[in-house]
Amino acid sequence: MDTATDLPLRLTDRDRAVLMGAAGPAARLALRIICRLAPVYGAAELLDITAAHIDSTVYIGLAGLEFAERLASLGARVVVPTTLNVSGLDEHGWQGWAVPNEWANHAHRQMVAYQSMGTVPTWTCAPYQTEHKPVFGQQIAWGESNAIVFANSVIGARTARYPDLLDICCALTGRVPAAGLHLTEARAGQVLFQLDGVPAAIQRDDTFYAVLGHLLGQVAQDRIPVVTGLVVQPAEDQLKALGAAAASSGTVALFHLVGITPEAPTLDAAMQGHAPEQTVIVTLATLLAARQALTTADGAAVDMVVLGSPHFSLAEFQQLAPLLAGQARHPQVEFLVTSSRAMVYLAEKAGAISALRAFGGRVTVDTCILTSPMLPPHIRTLMTNSAKYAYYAPGLLNTRVTFGSLADCVASAVAGRVVRSEGVWAA
Amino acid sequence: MGRVMQGQVVVAGTGAGLALVSREPLSFWGGYDYHTGEIIDRRHPLSGQVAAGRVLAVPFTRGSSTTTAVLLEAVKAGTAPAALLTTGPDTFLALASVVADELYGRPIPVVALSAADFDLLQTGQRLQVTADGQVRLGDVT
Repeated sequence: MDTATDLPLRLTDRDRAVLMGAAGPAARLALRIICRLAPVYGAAELLDITAAHIDSTVYIGLAGLEFAERLASLGARVVVPTTLNVSGLDEHGWQGWAVPNEWANHAHRQMVAYQSMGTVPTWTCAPYQTEHKPVFGQQIAWGESNAIVFANSVIGARTARYPDLLDICCALTGRVPAAGLHLTEARAGQVLFQLDGVPAAIQRDDTFYAVLGHLLGQVAQDRIPVVTGLVVQPAEDQLKALGAAAASSGTVALFHLVGITPEAPTLDAAMQGHAPEQTVIVTLATLLAARQALTTADGAAVDMVVLGSPHFSLAEFQQLAPLLAGQARHPQVEFLVTSSRAMVYLAEKAGAISALRAFGGRVTVDTCILTSPMLPPHIRTLMTNSAKYAYYAPGLLNTRVTFGSLADCVASAVAGRVVRSEGVWAA
Repeated sequence: MGRVMQGQVVVAGTGAGLALVSREPLSFWGGYDYHTGEIIDRRHPLSGQVAAGRVLAVPFTRGSSTTTAVLLEAVKAGTAPAALLTTGPDTFLALASVVADELYGRPIPVVALSAADFDLLQTGQRLQVTADGQVRLGDVT
């Protein structure tokens, strides 16, 4: 016995057959890995999923590539509809950036391997904004932290936090450990955040959701936050920003907004009748501190404005276009939007890309600045409206970041220095 | 000194080395350079230490699920810790170790200790991890 518990894993006849090779060598390897992990998850059995989203597509190094190509060479085919997260490469646009040739070659081989398995090449970290969006109550196996938290919280689908390498095993077998957020009892709220005197004008502002998410993650860490006191109905992209922020500063995989998200019609429902482990009163001062923590740069310098983590949606392109009209970026400030092929196509059709081009902005698809070594070394300071970019860029890219609103980002790109209006945050 | 702790086997294997211990959780993505085995999370107390060949003790992994991919790279590159000690079954570490076993026949031993035992570990101790989850402590060197 080489596993965490001595409980035997209950397998179906079908599982046993797959472990004997009935579905081919790739499914056999994948199910063997799942079965070895199931006891570590505390699962006594496996359950079926009906969709998957694969984060293993992100190129990290030769071992991950070897794993992907091993599966592909064994004839791997997914058995449920499976979307692909970002890769390490803008497949048709990387040459315009600082990506090394050898790296591009390896990352591309990894794209080819995962695409060969019968997957849908969405190449996006926002699969919930595609036609492959799951539905309430659906059991799924998703990778990518922001996608996981959106699926669980905003849609009410059910997924654990599937790490790289395991997500694809689930897609190849349609089986996951029956544990964690797949089960109703594990979805009860744990940390209560009570908004206290946070004005509706702030609650309508996009930056509020990134800031609140950052705070939820910092405090809740891997627990399930519940928020009361929201007086506005957030837009989908605001909920996306909240989840991405909470899954960056913490490892939040599910949040409940009372009166808004589907498993939280009431506080009692969100808590499943339990008392909170911790209660946090969230005032304007709390939020201002969290907002400040997202900025690590201390001057007015900005080399690049970067938007689109998670990937920019059609609605976000449409929100951005009028802010750019009739203006141009400062020649010393790059302006980049990261998105998916599908969203850029739709935005083009909707007439929301031409203003971006005229402004001097660029678009990258399939990947993002965190997963592709695309930024040239002279980019030292970033500005963004994304809490996820703001959280990860200092450590992963060794850049300093200013967090601001979408309008601030545009104004800064035009001015060539950080312009940050306090806007709704002015006391 | 011959003290022996009994831990819970998360992934079985044998390994030995000098302990590298922190009470702070660690993210391997952005926290571990698999080319060198150095811990590069500049906010982490072990920042700058090289964990390759050491028995790395952190209570659990923090943050990104890409931790698994980075640890697998470290196994291939020969820069992985000799064994991993935690305070509970950590699914990300376990997965990396299981896949390393399936791909390369080289699992990293992962053992979960009680919080009380974990608190007794000190950086620099010589530790030996056995396949049945025992952790044998030597002197601090």
